[in-house]
Amino acid sequence: MKKLMLGNEAVARGAYEAGVSVVSSYPGTPSTEITENIVKYEDIYVEWAPNEKVAAEVAVGASIAGARSMSCMKHVGLNVMADPVFTASYTGVNGGMVLCVADDQGMHSSQNEQDSRHYAKAAKIMMLEPCDSAECKDFTKRAFELSEKYDTPVFLRLSTRVSHSQSLVEEEPKEDIPLKEFDDNPAKYVMMPGNAIKRHVVVEERMKALSEFAEESDLNAVEDNGAKIGVIAGGIAYIYAKEALGDKVNYLKIGITYPLPEKKIKDFAAGLDKVFVIEELDPIIEEHCKAIGVDVVGKEVFSLLGEYTPSMIKKAVTGEEPAEFNEVLEEIPVRPPVMCAGCPHRGVFYVLKKLNLYVSGDIGCYTLGATPPLRAMNTTICMGASISAAHGMAKARGAEFNKKLVSVIGDSTFMHSGITGLVDVVYNKGTGTVIILDNSITGMTGHQDNPTTGYTIRGEETAQVNLITLCKSIGIENVVVADPFDVKNFEKVVREEINRNAPSVIIAQRPCALLKRVKYSGSCKITDKCRKCQMCMKLGCPAISVHDGYLEIDPAQCNGCGLCVNVCPFGAIEKED
Amino acid sequence: MNIMIVGVGGQGTLLASRILGKVAIKEGCDVKVSEVHGMSQRGGSVVTYVKYADKVYSPIIDKGEADLVLAFELLEAYRALPYVKKGGKMIVNTQKMDPMPVITGAAQYPQGIEEKLSSKVELQAVDALSLAKEAGTIKAVNVVLIGVIAKSMSIDKQVWLDVLKDTVPEKFLEMNLKAFELGYSL
Repeated sequence: MKKLMLGNEAVARGAYEAGVSVVSSYPGTPSTEITENIVKYEDIYVEWAPNEKVAAEVAVGASIAGARSMSCMKHVGLNVMADPVFTASYTGVNGGMVLCVADDQGMHSSQNEQDSRHYAKAAKIMMLEPCDSAECKDFTKRAFELSEKYDTPVFLRLSTRVSHSQSLVEEEPKEDIPLKEFDDNPAKYVMMPGNAIKRHVVVEERMKALSEFAEESDLNAVEDNGAKIGVIAGGIAYIYAKEALGDKVNYLKIGITYPLPEKKIKDFAAGLDKVFVIEELDPIIEEHCKAIGVDVVGKEVFSLLGEYTPSMIKKAVTGEEPAEFNEVLEEIPVRPPVMCAGCPHRGVFYVLKKLNLYVSGDIGCYTLGATPPLRAMNTTICMGASISAAHGMAKARGAEFNKKLVSVIGDSTFMHSGITGLVDVVYNKGTGTVIILDNSITGMTGHQDNPTTGYTIRGEETAQVNLITLCKSIGIENVVVADPFDVKNFEKVVREEINRNAPSVIIAQRPCALLKRVKYSGSCKITDKCRKCQMCMKLGCPAISVHDGYLEIDPAQCNGCGLCVNVCPFGAIEKED
Repeated sequence: MNIMIVGVGGQGTLLASRILGKVAIKEGCDVKVSEVHGMSQRGGSVVTYVKYADKVYSPIIDKGEADLVLAFELLEAYRALPYVKKGGKMIVNTQKMDPMPVITGAAQYPQGIEEKLSSKVELQAVDALSLAKEAGTIKAVNVVLIGVIAKSMSIDKQVWLDVLKDTVPEKFLEMNLKAFELGYSL
């Protein structure tokens, strides 16, 4: 019986069937559910690591120790993981090792749209790319086999539409993969120059062998429909092409994104009138084709930006217009994501906006503090950059500017890569104020535990990193814990800390309103004491709106958190049970 | 069959698309369901797709290609109008939720959306919020709407009930079955 599965769930199933025994990852949309689904399989060791670099190193260690191992991340997580990965290409593996990387074409939940395929070429690591959930499972299993056969890590490249689409998958039994002997081989695993020089030779030989494999493998499949037009595509782009063009063209379906075959592409193109390369983001297959002398049509008709659709492909290849549709001529107001009703971050940004501070931001739900009406964030670059970027701003503009500047970072992001920035501040005589938004969970990616929550991915109790002692131990003498919903006190604390001539940390502590254990109840109501000052509107709460000058709280959206009660200067908001 | 489900993050559109997907499998179809996770779930516009046929390739639906749009909120229904195919249908919850630009006064919530929709496509407007309250919780809006969609399709009612029992937690089952019936009996 086939089951409907998310691509991510199918990767987890494939890893299970392939006998994976150690999985370490950091959450990141659209990759998170791979690791979450591993939890279903009790005999696999699975963990959330504090960041992707650590996760990859855990997988590398497990592989050398003889286990099949896996690490999963979003595209930008691969940047963090890159350091160990480039060298793991040299060491190769003992137990098979698969690195799943999920790109986010269209940036549904990301800060950039980088194309991870570049990494495969740069790190000289084979990359497979499935197009639906059945292939997600199948390619994961193939990736483990190939990893061991060719002594290499293998990338599995996913994308939002593959990771987050459900399609049918046939489950198979788990393979019995025993733990191999520990590979005691310093020449292979101690990467100092004398050894690494020899391993680089091995890498280049491996690339030759993999290129030959790419010529023969059924992972790169030709579909001859007797047409005069050819399409070369892999992953989700292949699926869109099939939907758009059916059997009107011939296909070379690319399952091995790196290394790409040469002869297979030349043979496919021979005799065709025209060959299109269809690939979202960068022209990687296209440039390969052109480099081997195959004339193809690519980015001159297809965009470098965002996601493709079948109708876009149909128009580009056949000239056929998309289906007719009802156009809406009136401008429809956009509905951007907002902080939830009851979000603990709202109190923080209300105060930062009120004090008119420069805010160096970070990655998480709280990035939404940049949007109106809160609009209390000036920069967001990458995980952990808030603290170090603020340090750079302060060094560039001096002590007075520093008194109008704070950095904000979530608890999980602080553990990910904020700590090193804070060490830099202490070491290099910074006096910045850092606000750690401690909502007791990794929020944006859907509630994953992290080193500060006291629970593992399996929900077992564990040691809890104490943010106060951690900050003090690296030399921050001023660490204050404050509730962001007590806005008066929170404002007082922020004023004190930004004016201090020493580095300081404010831990804004209040759990995410969506956590099951957080039990707000009832809802808030505007009473006739309201003087329509609209102070409550500055909170940007989705439950509060103004109609004909009158303020209203929607009981269907309000969860009774009471922040607006604390903000109203006339005591005109009351909580009802 | 191409079904597009639109709404506001937090309304339970994901559960609705999963229920539809499971029903389609029981009917022996090839199925694809495309979901939305991450930042876009936080109170923003959310769109999911459910497609079933003998063979389905793309998990997404282009403009002018949806047989049916199920909208959880009125403004989101309006936004989805271009996706309905000629002769297609919309089932729309008449609940209104102001998006942030309307809340801040930067934009106006468009007026007369129901009339505008019904002049272009076959429209079934439903006050699912009131029915969900009647069932015992405003959170059951999604299951009320599943009831409405079930009634409009030629799939045996028992299949829907089986999938519902399979999908929702035991302790909420009774409330959800009531919500389904309220939608189904419209």
